[in-house]
Amino acid sequence: MTFLQGIAASNGIAIAKAYKLVEPDLSFEKKTVENTEEEAGRFHAALEKSKDELSQIRDRAMVDLGADKAAIFEAHLLVLSDPELVTPIEDKIKSENVNAEHALKETADMFITMFEQMDNEYMKERAADIRDVTKRVLSHLLGVHIVNPSMIAEEVIIIAEDLTPSDTAQLNRNFVKGFTTDIGGRTSHSAIMARSMEIPAVVGTKTATEDIQNGDLVIVDGLKGEVHINPTPEAVEEYRRVNDQYEAQKAEWAKLVNEKTVSSDGHHVELAANIGTPKDLKGVVENGGEGVGLYRTEFLYMGRDQMPTEEEQFEAYKAVLEGMEGKPVVVRTLDIGGDKELPYLNLPKELNPFLGFRAIRLCLEEQSIFRTQLRALLRASIYGNLKIMFPMIATLDEFRAAKAILDEERTKLESEGQQVSEKIELGIMVEIPSTAVLADQFAKEVDFFSIGTNDLIQYTMAADRMNERVSYLYQPYSPSILRLVKMVIDAAHAEGKWAGMCGEMAGDETAIPLLLGLGLDEFSMSATSILKARSQISKLGKAQMEKLAKEVLNMRTTEEVINAVKKATQM
Amino acid sequence: MEKQFKVTAETGIHARPATLLVQTASKFDSEIHLEYKGKKVNLKSIMGVMSLGVGQGADITISAEGSDAEEALRTLEETLKKEGLAE
Repeated sequence: MTFLQGIAASNGIAIAKAYKLVEPDLSFEKKTVENTEEEAGRFHAALEKSKDELSQIRDRAMVDLGADKAAIFEAHLLVLSDPELVTPIEDKIKSENVNAEHALKETADMFITMFEQMDNEYMKERAADIRDVTKRVLSHLLGVHIVNPSMIAEEVIIIAEDLTPSDTAQLNRNFVKGFTTDIGGRTSHSAIMARSMEIPAVVGTKTATEDIQNGDLVIVDGLKGEVHINPTPEAVEEYRRVNDQYEAQKAEWAKLVNEKTVSSDGHHVELAANIGTPKDLKGVVENGGEGVGLYRTEFLYMGRDQMPTEEEQFEAYKAVLEGMEGKPVVVRTLDIGGDKELPYLNLPKELNPFLGFRAIRLCLEEQSIFRTQLRALLRASIYGNLKIMFPMIATLDEFRAAKAILDEERTKLESEGQQVSEKIELGIMVEIPSTAVLADQFAKEVDFFSIGTNDLIQYTMAADRMNERVSYLYQPYSPSILRLVKMVIDAAHAEGKWAGMCGEMAGDETAIPLLLGLGLDEFSMSATSILKARSQISKLGKAQMEKLAKEVLNMRTTEEVINAVKKATQM
Repeated sequence: MEKQFKVTAETGIHARPATLLVQTASKFDSEIHLEYKGKKVNLKSIMGVMSLGVGQGADITISAEGSDAEEALRTLEETLKKEGLAE
């Protein structure tokens, strides 16, 4: 039995067959062929196989993902029947005596270049369709297997180098039992996705795609960050037992679903959930979330080929606000850029995307995108307790500019006779050190802060969180980070405002005692972490944690802080 | 034979409308072409149709030649009108 150590990214244990999501090798050489009739026949056979495959994918997508997502495969099918593509390929095989692979590639590349050069965004996107279709036909010519994640129809564990948002959008939640990836950390997209799907995941295993073959039986231990390949029946038994224990523990926590979150000495804090789509609400309610502390709206924009309309957005926001039945819902405006790309925006590649044109920077420049979102939010505001927050604010001017646009849209809507909620709290994400340092001044103008620790840590430490070689610098308990967090919380309280946290740190067992001690008002985390955190806080005394927090702020290293927390909480 | 239309669809003839037209045209034996701004493409070719970039308000001409040309033109006209794409 082989065993891989990775990073535990999402709790739980999954046992299922491996399904590798890897790009096949589609390289080939140009060859001269004698029998061109036979070669053209080979091309047609590959074409037919591709069509069959695509029809099946389309039909499944129709059922699982809806007509909207299935339409793309309909377009792919038409490309394969396109006489303007098929005829030139046949002609090329016959007139130039070349192999089908070469004729296909040359012809398709011509179209790809043509579409890429058009100045219409939509047309540029079509180049990707042709590339996708070409790959499929090529795979049949070469006889290699191409992966179709949307066709998965049995319980599997996905093995991939990394998972992109568009990969995960295609996955069927009923069959995907767990993830294992080669790269990534606790805050990479695949990890966040696994937690929101509530399935176990281990990331950063380095060699999973090499060591695991399709169909291998795999155990993903998302509690310890271990992956077992083709385990013995005894090991499977043992893991089922561990999983049962974990489920029993969860059942114990479940008793706290309808309880408030109160420390042992009676201090109340709010435990909220991070969500990506209205579908995640079920998990929030089941796990006793006291609100939504972070609604990541970018998922509305991903996995599609054009902007969501105001109406689509309105429906999504309304669904979340109504679903939370008056509990607070903090919606973060579009945070795109960095590791989250939108192909149809056609933004140029940047050398330093995390330090580049993203989030509020993009929204203040591409105002029509921003205004559409704000209008949808304002219209939805009457259906619940909406709070809006802007991401990546670095200066007060940015906040003021964003607020001015929001106010303009409010005035417009009201003059159109639309109803908008009287009071909508307006806050900012604190994830850039410049803002944390100036929090006392920001607090005079904003209604609340939400500390985004994933980015705050990477910007403070100047360490890319996607780069494994500097991952040791991802230190949430470093005294430097804790001091910044304290500055933000104190600044909010001095102006009678509240401070929350929506990064990974808010749900972290070691961080929670410190954050309670520092006076954090709202903790927003993966829904699945809420009950465990509520149980933990009920056993902690606020006064004692204040003392602990005061001590660690004067410590010198992360290690000292961790030891002090362990000692104080007997962890 | 040919017929002229004015595109009314907000998105022009992209994505789904293009798919629909190509699927409809492909049912007929006749040679069917779409002409816009002096460029003429095969209406049975999705890439050809999309490469025209027909937007809202565009004047287009559909021509058909062959045994079922008349029926082809009539069906395409019906599709365009029924789907609210052109008039």
